Formats: sequence, C-alpha cells, structure tokens
Amino acid sequence: MSPHHRFFADQARWSGWEIAFWLAWLVAFFLPNANLALLTQILVWGLFAVSMDLLLGYRGLASFGQAAFFGIGAYAAGVLGKLGWTEPVSGLVISAVVAGLAGMAAGRVVRGLHGVALLMVTLGLNSLLYDFVQRSTELTGGDDGLPGVTIAPVLGLFRFDMAGRTGYLYTLLCCFVVMLLLRALLHSPFGLALRGARDNARRMQMLGAPIDRDLTLVMGLSAAVAGLAGALLTQTTQFVAPEALSFQRSADVLVILVIGGAGMLYGGFIGALAFIFLRDLFAAINPIYWYFWIGLMLVLTVSFFRRGLLPALVALKDSLRRPAGRGTTSASTQPAAEEVVR
Amino acid sequence: MAIALTMLFNGLSYGVLLFVMAVGLSVTMGMMNFANLAHVSLAMLGGYLAVTAMDQLGVPFLASLPLAFAGSMAFSWVLERLMLRHFYGTDDLTQVLLTIGLLFMSVSAVAWIWGPSFKPIRVPEGLTGQVELAGISLERYRLFLLGAGSLIALAMVFGLERTRFGAMVRACVDNRRAAAGCGLNIQRIFGLTFAIGGGLAGLGGALAANLLTLDPNFPLRYLIYMLIVVSVGGMGNITGTLLAAVLIGVGDVVGKYYVPAAGGAIIYLLTVVVMLLRPQGLLGRPA
Repeated sequence: MSPHHRFFADQARWSGWEIAFWLAWLVAFFLPNANLALLTQILVWGLFAVSMDLLLGYRGLASFGQAAFFGIGAYAAGVLGKLGWTEPVSGLVISAVVAGLAGMAAGRVVRGLHGVALLMVTLGLNSLLYDFVQRSTELTGGDDGLPGVTIAPVLGLFRFDMAGRTGYLYTLLCCFVVMLLLRALLHSPFGLALRGARDNARRMQMLGAPIDRDLTLVMGLSAAVAGLAGALLTQTTQFVAPEALSFQRSADVLVILVIGGAGMLYGGFIGALAFIFLRDLFAAINPIYWYFWIGLMLVLTVSFFRRGLLPALVALKDSLRRPAGRGTTSASTQPAAEEVVR
Repeated sequence: MAIALTMLFNGLSYGVLLFVMAVGLSVTMGMMNFANLAHVSLAMLGGYLAVTAMDQLGVPFLASLPLAFAGSMAFSWVLERLMLRHFYGTDDLTQVLLTIGLLFMSVSAVAWIWGPSFKPIRVPEGLTGQVELAGISLERYRLFLLGAGSLIALAMVFGLERTRFGAMVRACVDNRRAAAGCGLNIQRIFGLTFAIGGGLAGLGGALAANLLTLDPNFPLRYLIYMLIVVSVGGMGNITGTLLAAVLIGVGDVVGKYYVPAAGGAIIYLLTVVVMLLRPQGLLGRPA
C-alpha cells in the first residue's frame, strides 16, 4: 500500500467511540420510557448541524442562511406528499436533490465572498425565501403551514405510528447512511482539498486545486444534507411550517454546531443532544425564561471551550490516556479540529 | 402625490431612527472589527430605561431621553470592560456567537425584570397628532424624530471631524497599529467609543419606543435591520450608515405600501444586491 493510500485509510478507520455512538442510538430505541419523539428531533437537528459543519468546519465558511435549505427540503417533502407522491424514501431523495441544486446555485452566487458580506448575503437570501414561503399561501399554506402531509409506510411495510417508533428507526437509519457517505467523502482527497482551502485558500489555488468548483460542490452537498434533514422532519411529523426556514433556525443550527464542536463530523449530533435536552429541561422549569440559559450556555461555551464540547471531550480523553503510557500519536502533531473522533 | 410624499417622510424618519440605533455598531465594527450583535439589546435597554424613568420617577419624556442615553452608556462601558474586550482578537464567528448569546440572555432578563408584555410610552401632547404642511399630513412625532436624528447625526459628524477625541477615533479606524504606535491608548479610546455607541443605541431605543413595539423580543425583531444597515452602509463610515439607514427605511415603508405583494422582501433584495456588488458596503473601503 502506497503511503498516500495508507494516509487516507488511516483517516477513515472506524474507532470504538464511533461504533459506540451508533450503538447507543440503537439501544435507546429499546429502552422503556425513551422519548422517541424527542430523540428523533435530536437526530434531525444533529444531521442539520452536520450539514452546517460541512461548510463551516470543513470549508471554513459561516452562513446565516442554512435554514433556507432545510426549509426547501422540508417543503419539497411536504408538497410531494400533498401531490400524492407518498412513498417516503424516494420523497427524501427528491427533496435532497432539490435542496442540493438550490445550494449549488447559492454557491455560485456567494463565490468570492467571506466574513460579514457572506453572512449578510446568506441572511438576505434566507429572509427572501422565508418571505416568499409566507406569502405563497396556495403552494405552502403560508403562516399556517402544510398540515396533514400523507406519507405511505416505509417500503410499504412499516407505518409511521403515533409512538414514533418507525419514525425514529427510519430517521436513525437515514442519518447513519448519510454519515457513512459523508465520512467516505470527507476522508477522500476531496475532503482533504476542502480542509486545505479552509486553512489557506490562496495556497490551495497555487497548488492547482479547483477551489471555486469545490465551493459550489460543497455548498450543494451541504444544502442536500440540510434538505434531507428537513424532509425527515416533515415525514416524521407529517407537518411543515415556515419556522422550518426562519432566521432563528439558521442561528440555532450555528449555535448547536459550535456547542458540539465544528470540523469533527460528529460535533453536530453532540451539540444537538446538549442543546435539545437542555432546551427541554429549561423550558420545563420555566417556559418563559429558558432562552436565558441557552444564551448563557453559548457565552460559556465560546468563553471556555472555544472549540466546543466534542474537542474538549477528546482533549480530556487524551490527557487521561497519556499518563498510562499509550501516547496519542497524531493529537500532538496536528490540531485537534482536524481529527475525527477516534 | 401627497401620499407618496407622506410615505417618503415616514420612511425618512424610520431611517433616521435606524441610523441612531445602528451608528454605534458601525463605528465599533469599523474600529475593532468587533461584531456586537447585542448592540440591539442596548437599544432595547434604552427604551426600557426611558419608560421606567417616566413611570416610576415621573420624569417627563424629553428628560427621560438623556437618562436613557446615560444609562445605556454606563451599562455598555461596564460590559465592554468586564467582558467584550477579552474577545477582540477572536474570529468573527466567536464574536457573533458570544453576542448572540448575550442577546438571548437580554431577551429573558428583560422579560424577567419588566414583564413579557409590551410597554407603551406616553409622549407629551405636543408630539402627538398630525400637522398639515403644504397639503401633506405629517405625524408630529416623526417630525420630532427627523429633527432629533439630524441633530444627533450632525453632532456625531462634528464630534468626529472637529474634536480631539474624534481625531483619535478616526486614527484608530484608519489604522489601529499606526495609531497605537503614535502613543494613543487604543483600549481606552475603544472603550469610550463603545460606550458612546451603546448610549446612542439606548437613545435610539428610547426614541423608538413610541414608533416600534417595545417588548422583550425587540432585539430579535430588529437585529436583522441593524445588521443590514451597518453592512450595507460600510463599517466605520458614518455617512454610509446614514445613507444605508435612510435607504432601508424608505425602501421598507414605501415598498410595503406600494408593492404589498413583495412586502419586506425589497430590503433583503437590496441587501443581497449591494453585498454582491460591493462586499465592503456602499461607502466602505475595500478590505
């Protein structure tokens, strides 16, 4: 095996933590009293945050408009259901493709922008779409949303039940498949080129990397994953409302990703777990003031774990390991953000 | 025609209001590259301070305005000294998230202190109602806003162009390192600028309380407007901020009246187009 093959193979190796992560979700399904509706929501938010991570963690571009693609996917799935296309898996794929194409178009538009200008353009595009959806009452139901989206049983066998058992497994399986694909892609030369452009775009250009093309591709990819997450939400709740693509949601997903940790593939899920659980907890304590605690959490995160929870956990794990003599080889030679959880 | 002029007038006064609320953010962003989204919370604070001063202390409306200014200025100064100054060297995203967190906290904190429902402000008789001017009916309060806003803008331009402190601020905006090399105390200048900007936001919030709904969700509603004004105008450029504020104010009011189908979309479209053509804003300097 040539050295560069070995490099990619090493990066793509499965770790015990990763396997444990997925098994934990499976175990949660069998727990008595598990709140499957909440867990499904966490998975959807997690996948959505992963889509943001593709852009922010792997390409270094922040956006205030990610919810636009989430919303496009959510509404695509909803409108398909209304039109009588009730088969869920193909509905999911179509929604992701629609959102992905929109993302590629947006990628062409924002090419060359960064920093505040990029934030403002993505925010503007997001707000334009939100406005459009609210006004197109015939297509989208406007403010009231699209209720009663009919979704056929998965593979014609498993109906979406009230307890959300099918919805949970369906969402989990979709997340797993998407993460498998993303994992393979990000550990390929394409993923490496993305990270290169994140760290030093000009140098990558000098090396002959097509960074403009890659940007369009990764925007499309990120939008497709966001759209898929949105479609999952529509299919499991059989409802979609304009909040799916509000600015609030775009801000929330950034918050989730940063709490979890960007550039580590699983940070989005960890952030969603922390965010949704705490939100539920605080809202149960006091429905009016829970935003205070979310804000405080955010302030504390950026003040003390600037990279988020997951990198902090990895660092903790490494520092516990080192005295035992099993030194970590790569943690000391490359920045933690570059690593995938091992 | 009369309606068009009234609309234009309404848009202008709204724009001036946006300018007063946003100008502090523009200067601090131009100077320290510090993206303070919680600036809009300072505007809300000013509004609540004015209302409280009037209701609890019986202060008249016009006297409550300087109180709102001073109160938010003091609060901004403490906030900057205790917390924000530790985040100057960090990247955009860290600052954005930190200040969004502060914004979330402000929403709940204000709901806790002043209650979740909206607070009306009682303006004096002389500022209510309308006047007829050359066949156009103009709201008195908007006239007052236009006058007060113009005064503030003039005072700012004068302060920046003609005073010693203004010269220091301009030096810091132009080249922070060179200014520090010449012996200017950057930290102090920035702290003071930040406090004045926060005070102006508070003043804007107090002025806005009569026109825009003052409730704990105020920051969430007007954050986007403020960001648009600052980025479209060009950071650190007062004239640009004024231009953008008026453009956005007029665009919003006139657009919602004449093209109700497009509604709020017009200002977003304007923002996208301006940012694509001039990423540094209308009057900003290229990075």
